[in-house]
Amino acid sequence: MKLIAAMSGGVDSAVAAARAVEAGHEVIGVHLALASNPQKYRSGARGCCTIEDSHDARRAADVIGIPFYIWDMAEEFHDGVVEDFLAEYAAGRTPNPCLRCNEKIKFAAVLDRARAMGFDGVVTGHYARTQISETGKTLHRAVDHSKDQSYVLSVLTIEQIAGAIFPLGDTTKVDIRKEAEARGLAVAQKPDSHDICFVPSGDNAGWLRDRLGSEVGPIVDQEGVKIGEHKGAYTYTIGQRKGLGLTVPTVDGSPRFVLKIEPVTNTVVVGAREDLAVSTMKGERPVWCGPGVTDQVLRGFVQVRAHGAALPCSYFFDGTLLVAQLDEPLLGLATGQAMVIYDGDRVVGSATICETA
Amino acid sequence: MSSIYVDHAATTPMLDSARTAMTLQLAQLGNPSSLHTHGRATRKTIEDARESIAKQVGCLASEVIFTASGTEANNIALKGLYWQGRDKGKQVVVISAIEHHAILDPAQWLADHEGAEVLLVPVSNSGVIDLDFLKDVVSKRGQEIAVISIMHSNNETGVLQPISEVVAIAGEIPVHCDAVQSFKKVPLSFSELGLYALTLSAHKIGGPLGIGALILRRTVEIPALLHGGGQEREIRSGTLNAPSIVGFATAAESEHFNAKNVQNLRDAFIEGLNKIIPDATINGSKANRLPGIINVTFPGTQSDTLLLLMDSQGVSCSTGSACSAGVHEASHVLLAMGHSVESAQSSLRFSFGASSTQADVDYILSVVPDVITRGRAANLS
Repeated sequence: MKLIAAMSGGVDSAVAAARAVEAGHEVIGVHLALASNPQKYRSGARGCCTIEDSHDARRAADVIGIPFYIWDMAEEFHDGVVEDFLAEYAAGRTPNPCLRCNEKIKFAAVLDRARAMGFDGVVTGHYARTQISETGKTLHRAVDHSKDQSYVLSVLTIEQIAGAIFPLGDTTKVDIRKEAEARGLAVAQKPDSHDICFVPSGDNAGWLRDRLGSEVGPIVDQEGVKIGEHKGAYTYTIGQRKGLGLTVPTVDGSPRFVLKIEPVTNTVVVGAREDLAVSTMKGERPVWCGPGVTDQVLRGFVQVRAHGAALPCSYFFDGTLLVAQLDEPLLGLATGQAMVIYDGDRVVGSATICETA
Repeated sequence: MSSIYVDHAATTPMLDSARTAMTLQLAQLGNPSSLHTHGRATRKTIEDARESIAKQVGCLASEVIFTASGTEANNIALKGLYWQGRDKGKQVVVISAIEHHAILDPAQWLADHEGAEVLLVPVSNSGVIDLDFLKDVVSKRGQEIAVISIMHSNNETGVLQPISEVVAIAGEIPVHCDAVQSFKKVPLSFSELGLYALTLSAHKIGGPLGIGALILRRTVEIPALLHGGGQEREIRSGTLNAPSIVGFATAAESEHFNAKNVQNLRDAFIEGLNKIIPDATINGSKANRLPGIINVTFPGTQSDTLLLLMDSQGVSCSTGSACSAGVHEASHVLLAMGHSVESAQSSLRFSFGASSTQADVDYILSVVPDVITRGRAANLS
């Protein structure tokens, strides 16, 4: 096949590209420039797309021996990922930008462009696997569960999965580093990136405050009684306990947790730990990574965070919303997060959480 | 797969004769500044080369200052002439809007750090500088201008600039000219043009990489950027790179670039292109241009996509400039010529050289239709 390898400048995508070449594919390396004003160097372990990263990606492509180009996706990234991130926070939800990037950039803008140019698919260094089954190509967890990234890929449609190649899904991260070393790829020991790539400092709250302002608002209990003040509701997350700055103690001295964020009234609602409990979640805009879910109730697992636990549940689709009923309640669940349904290791689909009870 | 090189304006194959001369010189021992036999031998070789290059560019041998690149020559000239002028209270730098970054960026640096006021001479839609604008600036602010720098021909479009007229308008004001693209492609004489300074580069004419020259009028003394052993009229210290200088002179003496032949290839390419992609436009087509460079806008495409597709067909061409992260940017040259960002970003430069053939032209024309079709399909935004 003719493939585009998305190369971030990190170790995973470099090995993924090398493996695709070895598998006999015709591979071209592409580095996505996602920032309109890239920084010169990586600071700490943050994201990608600095000038240093683009050099690392180029060097890896040269060592592997494949053509290399840089694609400017800064505008698409800003509109589709950064703006969405801000809008979601402003609406009181907690978005996952990596998921949005896979949905709108890597397997949409890039894959569409690649296909139009005559390529068959996109290779990435994600830790996930695909399998060909009777129903087509399906998405599965990586063998290395601690590195599994199927959660952030759960927004891919069947069409997109058909064009996605994940060569690393059968290997552990430790072995990928060893392999990079053996292949002479200088990025072998480059630190993993975490955090959000477009927040250079890693200070999400500060970054949000700069863009959304820091309008003071009330912190109230479940009865609506004001017990404190906050500086920007969006800097709080559901289930948060520390940093609330509350001076009025509860009657029994038990701690309070953020239960709800109401953007319209700029209010943060706090309450007791047990009030965080969620046993049913509903998600909008579902995407099926394989056969569609129907109103038939099925057993499976739901995952609500990138590296969270897979929680046993029953799930169905009511025609509009994807519904999951947990066997055991979960504490603290923010709307805006993705709920991803698994059937064993297979990703069934995902939706954006809009309601919890 | 075919391997067609149409990026001669970026760099062009080194001549066999230059490579041979350079290789022989690499085996010679001697620092040209040394006073003994070995030193004198190397010194003689360098001075022979200097005289040879001087003859080719129409200047005195003492006016040739060897540098490590055209960029370095531009920096020495622009900064040196500015500092010299500033000592007399002249703080205006006049350059064109379409200069190479090796002039634009030092000018910007002078503005940011050395108190210069930089004035940009605009260009017409054909890419030729606006002489009326220049006249106006010189008549109003002539006393304040430290230096005028206008390129001889543009590296992206090949459009030739009216340097004689610039010098006439400038009068007593020092004029520098970046002639990196023009040297050995079109007639060029430093003395006839009446310039103060001129920039040359070896690797654009079949010489080695890493060697250039600043031609500087012998009576002009400007401050140095590099201080040290006092070589090159104390304007450019550093042990002279004898092998590269010899390679440079050998390439300069060669008459391998046949302008007529190259122009015929270019015209055949344009004619073929007009038939296949009727809405493609040649930038600067109404102006006098270098024989080898063509800049084409393909509406509805993105040049980085086109470059990838051309490259995968074995054709090496260029998108113009890229930023330090390697992201393709809209060409400041095309923007200055009135293009929108979108149309500037859908342009490619093809530059033919002495080694180009009709077979190259035929091959490129054979892959263009598919490349443009796919390029248009991939232009999704």
